[in-house]
Formats: sequence, C-alpha cells, structure tokens
Amino acid sequence: MEHALSLFVRSIFADNMIFAFFLGMCSYLAVSKTVKTSAGLGVAVTFVLLITLPVNYLLQVYVLNPLGLSYLSFILFIAVIAAIVQIVEMVVEKFSPSLYASLGIFLPLIAVNCAIMGGSLFMQQRILLDPENVKAIANIGDAFAYALGSGIGWFMAIVCLAGIREKMEYNDVPKPLQGLGITFITVGLMAMAFMCFSGLKI
Amino acid sequence: MLSQKTKDTLLGPLNVNNPVVVQVLGICSALAVTVQLKPALVMGIAVTIIVAMANVIVSLIRNTIPMRIRIIIQLVVVAALVTLVSEVLKAFAYDVAMQLSVYLGLIITNCILMGRLEAFAMTNNAWDSFLDGLGNGFGYAIILVIVAFFRELLGSGALLGYQIIPDSWYAAGYENCGMMMMPAMALILVGCIIWAHRSINKEEK
Repeated sequence: MEHALSLFVRSIFADNMIFAFFLGMCSYLAVSKTVKTSAGLGVAVTFVLLITLPVNYLLQVYVLNPLGLSYLSFILFIAVIAAIVQIVEMVVEKFSPSLYASLGIFLPLIAVNCAIMGGSLFMQQRILLDPENVKAIANIGDAFAYALGSGIGWFMAIVCLAGIREKMEYNDVPKPLQGLGITFITVGLMAMAFMCFSGLKI
Repeated sequence: MLSQKTKDTLLGPLNVNNPVVVQVLGICSALAVTVQLKPALVMGIAVTIIVAMANVIVSLIRNTIPMRIRIIIQLVVVAALVTLVSEVLKAFAYDVAMQLSVYLGLIITNCILMGRLEAFAMTNNAWDSFLDGLGNGFGYAIILVIVAFFRELLGSGALLGYQIIPDSWYAAGYENCGMMMMPAMALILVGCIIWAHRSINKEEK
C-alpha cells in the first residue's frame, strides 16, 4: 500500500509524463489554448490510461511473459489501446451523451497519444525492476496507482500550460516567436520548475 | 531527373514544411533522445526508414482498406515495422537500443507517421509516398541532429562521444553546462530553433 502511494505521488511530480519524459507532447501543445478544452482532454487521458495500463499489465504478466512473446508487445499494446479507446467512445456515447459531447472530439486522438503508449511501455520496463525499487510495479494495484498518478500529472501539466497561455495572449511577444516558439520556451521553464521535485522521497 | 512535384515532395519537408518545427509533429521523441548525438542519429534513421516503408505499404493497400477501421490498420502496419526495427537494433546496436529505451517503441505513436499516412499515403501512389516518407524522415532527423549537436557539445563537451573541448579550456576554468543535459533545455532549444526558422522564412508566410 505504502509502495503504491509512493508510486502514485512520484508519477505525478518527479516522473511527470510531460516534464520528465515529453510524452503526449503533440496534443499537449495543440490543445492547450483554453483551460476548458485542455481539462477535457486531461480527463480523457487519465480515464484511458486508467483502463489500458492495468489491462496491458495483465497481458504482459499472464500472457506475453509465460509464452516468451514479449517481442510482440508493441503490436499487442497498440491494438489493446486502439480497441479500448473505441469501446470507451461507444460506451460513453451510449450512457452519457453530455460527457460524450465534451470529450467526444478528443477520444479518437487519444489512441495515438504517446502518453498512453508510453505509460504501458514504462510499465513493461518497471515490471522487471527489483520490488524494493521505488519505481517497481509489482502487482495490479501498483499498475493502477501508476496509471492514476501519470494521468493526474498529465492533467495538471496541460491545465497549468493552458492557464499560462490564456494570460500570455496579452503579452508583447516578438513576432517570429509568437505561438509555438514561446509555448516551447514556457514549457521549458515549467519543466525546470518541476525539476525541483526530482529528489522527492516518500 | 525529378519533376517539380516530386522535388517538392522530397525536399519540402526539409525546410519550409518541416514536420517538427512547422507541422509540430513528433515532438515527444525529438526532445527525449537528443542528449547525445549518436542516439539522435540512430533515431532519425530509424524513423526515416519506418516512415518511408509504412508510407509505401499503406499506399499499396490504400484501396482495400475500409475507411472506418483505417486507423487500426495503419497502427498495425506501423507497429509491425517498429517491432522489426527494434529487434534489428537490439541485435546490432544494443547499447543505443537501451539508450533509446521506450522511445523506440513510441515511434508507433509518433504523430509524423500517422500524419503522413493519413495526409499523404492514403491518397497518393507508392513512389510518391516513398519520397514523401524519406523527405519527412530527413526533416525530422535534421532537427534532432541540430538539437543533439548543441546539447552534447555544450552539455558534455563532446560530439558522438569524442571529446571536442580541449583540456586546456577546462584547466582555464571552462565548465560544461549541466543544464543542457536536463529535459528542460531541449524544449527551450527547440523553441529557439522555431524562432530562427520563422525569422528566416518570414517572407513565405
């Protein structure tokens, strides 16, 4: 339990998907213009991570490893992610049209979001670690904690950036730097701020 | 030898239509593997090969793919190619494969691939798609190499693992900039490249 909690907090701050590993950068930069839409995408990413990562964990531990097929993991993981995104889209559309209206446009994009695939690939590496290591994922509970932490970290990062970009509308930025250029530099400065969490121990 | 259109297809992505700094595709891996020049080069070559091959395959089967499930089919084609490349790298360049770690697998979700497959290979013939793939792969590789060049030179005083900054400089008080090794500097460097690129290409906008 303690281990899962530490994994959870670390994956939000020290191992933040955006600031430490640059995962999901494309949609992070493209969709962070307003706080409202970026919060929608953040929720969708967290939700899909929370489903796909434990499923891929079970597949890796109970199917791929015993059969010695781990070289097939890329194809299997991406197929699972694409299928689950499709199912989530259909279920949400059926049972909660209002949620679908707000998340709808983001869901198909998520299948190719690196944060989702990256979460599964990091999980695959972390299974092999010594259980004493703070980064190890030893059971399904850890997989959930890691997925939730990574998702919340991503959500927080995109909402923060969207807030800054909304304010930055009023700033006088040099012309060639406007838009994308200054966004990169902003993210760089945010990443520097997040580096202070890297020594975090719980 | 090449007509104007094929020339544009091949050379456009190198500068004017660069996938990283203009179309903002494939940023994730571009930032993560650029601490040193060698993994950046390998990554650039791997992505070029995969984009070109995937473009050809998808372009050949484009008329038989049902529209509704095309994303999944494209993903499977790409995932199969990435698996091949990663197995080859593990066999012949194990240390680089380990350095690239998950980012090798993340080529699957690299937006350049999906972007080119959707925007180009689905509507063009195999040869044009091949050239388009090569062009975009090189465009991506160039940015990777530029970022990695500065990060390795300023961060560890070396290029491709060989020391460049002479010892006498260190003796005179020069120090490597540890900041360059941090993820944050990659973002700021790419921001500066975009700045320079836009200032130079201003008249075309």
